[in-house]
Amino acid sequence: MKIFFLAILLSLLSLSLGGQEAQAEKFSAEDHPWDDGTAVLLKWDLGGQRDSLSLQKADSLGVYQEFYNEFDLSLQSNEFAVVGQYKDSSLSPDTAYKYRLVAYSRDRADSVSFLAETVTRQQWFAMEKLSMLILLTLICAAILYYIFSARRGKELFIRRIGGLDSMDEAVGRATEKGKPILFVPGISDLGDIQTIAALNILNHLAVKSAEYGAELLVPCRFSMVLSAARETVKEAFMKAGRPDAYREENIFYVTDDQFGFVAGVDGIMLREQPAANFFLGAFWAESLILTETGFGTGAIQTAGTGQPHQIPFFVVSCDYTLIGEELYAASAYLSRDPQQLGSLKGHDFGKLMVIVLVLVGIVMEIAGWGWFKEFLAGGNG
Amino acid sequence: MKKNVPLILAFISGMLILVAGFIPHYPFAMLEETLTNWFMIISSFAILLGQSSLIQANVTRVARRSPNWQYHLAGLISFGLMVAFGLLWGMEHTPGIFGHGEAVVRNLGIKPFDYVFEYAYMPLSATMFALLAFYIASAAYRAFIIRSFESNLLMITAVIVMLGRTSFATLLTSWIPQSWSFLRLPEITDFIMQYPNTAAQRAILISASLGIVGASLRIILGIERSYLGGGK
Repeated sequence: MKIFFLAILLSLLSLSLGGQEAQAEKFSAEDHPWDDGTAVLLKWDLGGQRDSLSLQKADSLGVYQEFYNEFDLSLQSNEFAVVGQYKDSSLSPDTAYKYRLVAYSRDRADSVSFLAETVTRQQWFAMEKLSMLILLTLICAAILYYIFSARRGKELFIRRIGGLDSMDEAVGRATEKGKPILFVPGISDLGDIQTIAALNILNHLAVKSAEYGAELLVPCRFSMVLSAARETVKEAFMKAGRPDAYREENIFYVTDDQFGFVAGVDGIMLREQPAANFFLGAFWAESLILTETGFGTGAIQTAGTGQPHQIPFFVVSCDYTLIGEELYAASAYLSRDPQQLGSLKGHDFGKLMVIVLVLVGIVMEIAGWGWFKEFLAGGNG
Repeated sequence: MKKNVPLILAFISGMLILVAGFIPHYPFAMLEETLTNWFMIISSFAILLGQSSLIQANVTRVARRSPNWQYHLAGLISFGLMVAFGLLWGMEHTPGIFGHGEAVVRNLGIKPFDYVFEYAYMPLSATMFALLAFYIASAAYRAFIIRSFESNLLMITAVIVMLGRTSFATLLTSWIPQSWSFLRLPEITDFIMQYPNTAAQRAILISASLGIVGASLRIILGIERSYLGGGK
């Protein structure tokens, strides 16, 4: 009987020792996957026996310098707890790095250190963007398909966009009243796609203005936009066969300052009393100041921006508002060019795809299959 | 030729940036930054164009004694003064032609450029921004006038959200038992902001993103060329 109990005791002891082995402390350094070779991923498992840790990196002389520490691991979130990881960023690619982790135990008043090293490597593909690449490829393929369909003469139905259909009305009204048209291409620089979209619309508006003989005012916030806007309007007037009507001084620079620009444009609205105002492009806090002033002057107002937070302001104070993709679709819509209209059908395919993905995502999450969301979120989900 | 060169440049730059977005390896990783730096350099030269446009437009109006020419004169004087102050005494840490202008700084407390910036420009800028408060009130008044089912819905939602953001809402609905706490105004406000509002905003964002993809593709492929002035 005693031997039996002794055997049970020994087996329990061995199990206990085995358990301690499973909690062995580990520290590793590995090149951050699928990146430009500027980050190292440090991982550790201190087995729940440590109170604080210090992460150190060897400098060019081989001396370890602390760059991160945690004093109370029990209070920290998972990322910096006894089992955790740290991403050391802003490193040089294709370079060897040595790391040391020093972990301290308050109860036992001892510390232990681990060494790890790795070499940062540049990768040829950012794997976390795979889902984005697939979606982008599908959308681009759909857009191209519809463009080629339109080129082959296929009839495409495009829904009407009120804000753009009203452009003729606005220009006509300005001509009748003998008042100018004001076009503000947003307050962002030429590097913003919203500004490019606005300039595309300006081209169509300038053609109409030239045809009707209406004066077109274009205040610009940035010199680059000024230069592009002048070129756009000039070419549009030439296209309309009215190069003599082009007035370079009507497309002018105001100021780089946000509220200085607003003050300038508000002043123009109050002094010149334009019959039609167009606010198309990127707008931020100044959107309502501009459009409310325009509303006060009684002008027909059309606005459009890609900034979701400014859309309610435009909806409230303007006669027509281009929401979401309408700003980007405007030029294609106005041109009535079958190829460009074809690309708008591609947008609709994209919308359909997003709706399907959202529905599939909901089902997947309910079913507990998180990989789908993680894949779409690029591993950050 | 005049049209083809920009189109080719747009195609090459667009494709490079697109490809670079997915390849973190050298030299693709640094392409975006390099092209952005080029843009900054070109922009800094273009500033001269802006300044010349500003001076030209204002001088012409003042010379012709156009209506309200006084405002243009004020603009020109302000512009000239700031340039002169900056050139003569510099800004906060940078010296001007007369160095740091210790004598002037003794009288004004700070350099003339910083003085005008701090005590003229900043209050004027803040004043313009402050107008927003009044315009929000007038715009909200128009938006909340009950004309249709939608405007009615908008008004009710707005009242709940505005009230829910104040301590008065807590006071007003704190008597509701814990088990029915979702009926308390702050809770309803949080729900509206977190779900219907976020959903609508994301829908607009997704739609705008699709628009960006389409517009970018049209520009890269040269189908859209209105920004170059004119059609095909």
